[in-house]
Amino acid sequence: MTLWEYIEDRWDLIVFETWQHASMVAQCVLVAAVLGVLIGVATYRRPRPSALATAAAGVLFTVPSLAMLGLLIPPLGLGVAPAVTAIVLYALLPIVRNTIVGLRDVDPLLVDAARGIGMSRRRSLLKVELPLAWPVILTGIRVATQLSMGIGAVAAYVSGPGLGEQIFSGLARLGGANALNATLTGTIGVAILALVFDGVFVLIGRLTTPSRRPASGGARA
Amino acid sequence: MPDQRPAATTHGVPIELRKVTKAFPGGGEPAVQELDLDIAAGEIVVLLGPSGCGKTTTMRMINRLIEPTSGDIIINGQNSRDIDPDRLRRHIGYVIQQAGLFPHMTVAANIAQVPKMLGWDRERIAERVDELLTLVGLEPEQFRDTYPRRLSGGQQQRVGVARALAADPPVLLMDEPFGALDPITRERLQDELLRLQDDLAKTIVFVTHDVDEALKIGDRIAIMQRPGHIVQYARPAEILTNPASEYVEQFLGSGSSMRLLRLTKVGDIELDQVPFFPEDRDCADVLREVERDGRGYALITDGMRRPLRWVSTADLEGRTGPAGSAGDPVTGTISHRSTLQDALEALLNADTDILPVEGRRRTYAGALSLSTVQNAIQSIKARERERRLKRSGAG
Repeated sequence: MTLWEYIEDRWDLIVFETWQHASMVAQCVLVAAVLGVLIGVATYRRPRPSALATAAAGVLFTVPSLAMLGLLIPPLGLGVAPAVTAIVLYALLPIVRNTIVGLRDVDPLLVDAARGIGMSRRRSLLKVELPLAWPVILTGIRVATQLSMGIGAVAAYVSGPGLGEQIFSGLARLGGANALNATLTGTIGVAILALVFDGVFVLIGRLTTPSRRPASGGARA
Repeated sequence: MPDQRPAATTHGVPIELRKVTKAFPGGGEPAVQELDLDIAAGEIVVLLGPSGCGKTTTMRMINRLIEPTSGDIIINGQNSRDIDPDRLRRHIGYVIQQAGLFPHMTVAANIAQVPKMLGWDRERIAERVDELLTLVGLEPEQFRDTYPRRLSGGQQQRVGVARALAADPPVLLMDEPFGALDPITRERLQDELLRLQDDLAKTIVFVTHDVDEALKIGDRIAIMQRPGHIVQYARPAEILTNPASEYVEQFLGSGSSMRLLRLTKVGDIELDQVPFFPEDRDCADVLREVERDGRGYALITDGMRRPLRWVSTADLEGRTGPAGSAGDPVTGTISHRSTLQDALEALLNADTDILPVEGRRRTYAGALSLSTVQNAIQSIKARERERRLKRSGAG
């Protein structure tokens, strides 16, 4: 059976698994983005908590993904729960770190201007600091997404949903019928998904950073 | 076409600082020490001093970006402690170095921030934005939807001033607003600020370390010395002619005579009182007077006493009838409002050695020649010398 025949044969299943994979990654990154930005916003002004947050996320990051998933089995069992938890934990680091860096990089002069014209802390954060830090935060989320794609595949180890199922079932019966086809299908599927997501982020970046676009009706210098 | 002037402008209100002290935690000596300052409504007060003298800290305490450790700041009779800081700041315009425009917002959105917070409706904000852009000399059509990075430094600071004026606050705080601009742009923006202030009459607190800027902009100047106190608070001319201490003198530096030329108005010095005659006086009559005066020349004026022609004894000899057509027409005049520096410039470029000075309603007020200016400079210098002698004698 060639790869094409394999894919044709199992088209419905593969589409379903791809959709599951994409949906899992998207939801996990969304949760991680909300959590990560909140942690970043809560800590960026003070050096010690922000160092702590970055370090904690960094420690989590160094745990190998298989080990992490294995460790999550006792408390969470098999299936969606440990997979989602692991992905969210890994996705946190780039988002937290980039949120802190992005917010710290905002010109203090602009924050001073915002406060000086009467913006409250919250308003300054929402109207000035976060929008200005947004490109950096978005990069963090983008990295987190790429990361989650890979971890999501490994999550099949704990019977998580997605394309990892193809990869692991292929690896489990290596040498057997269609083993290579299954593994290839899973791997290529993840790669394609990663590219699609990355394209989406480029688009989001374009749409949400107006200052990067050439201004309409530009003025002479 | 938007209206050139704001419909109704809120004029400035007085500000009083009472024994204001600011000590930063762990900072040793307080940055500002028991500072008293009375700022009159509608005046530009410049806080002048070297870096670290506490001038910016003082200014930032007025809108509570920095909270005073002790003391009171009273704005229009109300203690600033009793006002919510965010609300207080929305009613105090704030202009900083390099303008501090939000780069992710258009020019219009930048200006609209304070009105938005104050809950103005969309239409009123749009109208106000156009009005302000026109006021600061930027064409609304062209600049409204532009992003700040497309503007030159000078244009950015114009927008910065427009943003500060957006909600028509009675008070403006300006922290070295023109510090990052090239000298020519800086001069122009200073001139425009003064022109605006003629109409707006806001109370402006202006921080700078630039002596010339302070002398030009300030109705009054508070010279500050580290750590955080005022050594002299006076009008610019008084600071130049009567510096309160060695420190002030040193801070002003050399060239204070040149600065006096820039500050002293022609109307303030003793002018050459060349005799003048109305144009219908008889030539023989005028000749007699001119000969008695001994200068050998005189000025012919019209019925409103405005200078018309120069006449000399040679022009008048042997003539009869009204003196109105004798001699040469006046080719240039100096306003009594001009600075001595401008007058000097005019004299050096004039066809005649002497120029008539026009006072109120352009009437003849006296005449100015190079020697008159020289005398004025010398008397200023003499006054300065005398003062120094007096001080060294006393000390």
